[in-house]
Amino acid sequence: MNKRLEKLFNGKTLAAFITCGDPDMETTEKLALALADAGVGLIELGVPFSDPTAEDALTVSAYERALASGLNTDDVFKLAQSLREKTDVALAFATYANVVYSRGTEAFTRRMADCGVDALILADVPLEEREEFAQPCRTVGIDFISFVTPTSSSRVEDIAKEAEGFVYCVSTLGANDTEKACAILGDTVKRIKAVKDVPCLVGFGVNDPEQARKVAEISDGVIVSDEIIRIVSEKGKDSVPFVKAYAEKIKKAM
Amino acid sequence: MKKGRFGLHGGQYVPETLMNAVNELEEAYNRYRDDKEFNAELTELLNNYAGRPSLLYRADKMAEDLGGAKIYFKREDLNHTGSHKINNVLGQTLLAKKMGKTRVIAETGAGQHGVATATAAALFGMECEIFMGREDTERQALNVYKMRLLGAKVHPVDSGTATLKDAVSETMREWTKRLDDTHYVLGSVMGPHPFPTIVRDFQAVISKEIRAQILEKEGRLPDAVLACVGGGSNAIGAFYHFIPDVGVRLIGCEAAGRGIDTFETAATISTGKIGIFHGMKSYFCQDEYGQIAPVYSISAGLDYPGVGPEHADLFDKGRAEYVAITDDEAVNAFEYVSRVEGIIPAIESSHALAYAMKLAPTMSKDKIIVVNISGRGDKDCAAIARYRGEVIDE
Repeated sequence: MNKRLEKLFNGKTLAAFITCGDPDMETTEKLALALADAGVGLIELGVPFSDPTAEDALTVSAYERALASGLNTDDVFKLAQSLREKTDVALAFATYANVVYSRGTEAFTRRMADCGVDALILADVPLEEREEFAQPCRTVGIDFISFVTPTSSSRVEDIAKEAEGFVYCVSTLGANDTEKACAILGDTVKRIKAVKDVPCLVGFGVNDPEQARKVAEISDGVIVSDEIIRIVSEKGKDSVPFVKAYAEKIKKAM
Repeated sequence: MKKGRFGLHGGQYVPETLMNAVNELEEAYNRYRDDKEFNAELTELLNNYAGRPSLLYRADKMAEDLGGAKIYFKREDLNHTGSHKINNVLGQTLLAKKMGKTRVIAETGAGQHGVATATAAALFGMECEIFMGREDTERQALNVYKMRLLGAKVHPVDSGTATLKDAVSETMREWTKRLDDTHYVLGSVMGPHPFPTIVRDFQAVISKEIRAQILEKEGRLPDAVLACVGGGSNAIGAFYHFIPDVGVRLIGCEAAGRGIDTFETAATISTGKIGIFHGMKSYFCQDEYGQIAPVYSISAGLDYPGVGPEHADLFDKGRAEYVAITDDEAVNAFEYVSRVEGIIPAIESSHALAYAMKLAPTMSKDKIIVVNISGRGDKDCAAIARYRGEVIDE
């Protein structure tokens, strides 16, 4: 496992997703530093893609705003490098296969490692296609993250077997009440851990402190995203203290 | 682990959320593809509902006027719903029914695939929702009305460029939300495995018929088969049974829009590079950072930034050629074939006809060209009139 990720999973971990370049890169850097300050252990930097097919309307519009501001992948590398000089928080890139592939997967992952990024999350690369990306990541000491979703059913064990760094567990909190969603999650986490001793972080639908507390009890931590995107979309450049206060509230509950 | 490859293209680049759904589809397809009863049911639908086999018509006036090779039209425009799309839709909808699905969803560009899907859903008594870029709902308003008339719900898509690629993305999102009772009737030979194979197999009836018909009429295979290529379903259908016959030139005609040296083009193989999008590795129009490029063509059905993985592989291997046809050339062919042969072709098919107009005069009279007329042009009349500066009510 990547060293920074290994250190991360000592207790319950709070991870946070932010969209690079929404509303601008200066604000994104401030947000990342504020989140690290608030006790966030892993920052997922969303690298905008023109056609994010796995995202809902909220994230799609964040990506569209970021791309409209003229941001490109080189700017995201610069941001990561600058963050790495200032903080030891774990960093992940979250994006789509074509953003990585178009530069040459090996060149992209090498540059990630040079900038001090610890993990790569690609929404459109399932188990069947993972080796194409996981192998070059491994070479440079980056973990390629796998998803387990509520529709994975019989695939959970196969995914767990190949998992590196941590497993990104997608919750059903959007569709179910917390109780039921946690029961499903608890079962999934058990199945993953029965195959491999790998940390499980839960994302999608984890928005309030109560949800975070309950989910953290049955997993290794949570990934928050929607509420942050919402705050940033409303407050733009002035969002930093609000996002920080939100992260502190979640962290305290865990 | 890797499945559904055509050379290095294809694959299954979709979110984990969709993997069980595509696996379920693959299993069902493997079970039914050679099933006698399934194939008998499908043939019955194709012959007695869709009107197959479609005619292979010898376009003598056009050949004489151009002064060169003999020209045959494969008349997919005569199918029920007016295009080749019905071949795939009947196959997939029947498969969905066998899988116990009660709802079908689909993307559409020009509206031909949407109309075909709405038609099959009406016939099978299934719920149907169609996703269509807002811009396309405006330039193909008649098809939107037809889909509603057939009982489908049409959702205009506003994200991105509000055209075909965004409709595909939105349909994928919708599928993710409701997998249990829903089948995604993908309209072209694209997307994750098994779609490129399933759609190709259901469209391959086109080349199967051409082969038998031309052997009967001419006693030999054609020298060239031409078809327009957006995602590439009518083209792969027209090419498939000729792939082993290396003497038959296979020519895909892409939409160059205002020209391949402009940004307003949709000619993927001419201007794109290899990438990963909409579930597959293939050629895509994109910028240096891998952002998918906004594409443009007068034809809503060819206005797509990618191409099916099997076409990408046929191109890599040099088995098929791909040429780019501009809006202007396609509109000229649309008008020319209407006037000379009394057949109004779809603007999509007019791209293939435009290349036939260039190619035929360079070939001798004993050579044979087959052009796939993938659809009828009624839907395009208002837009072409507008292109010529004439405003008519649809």
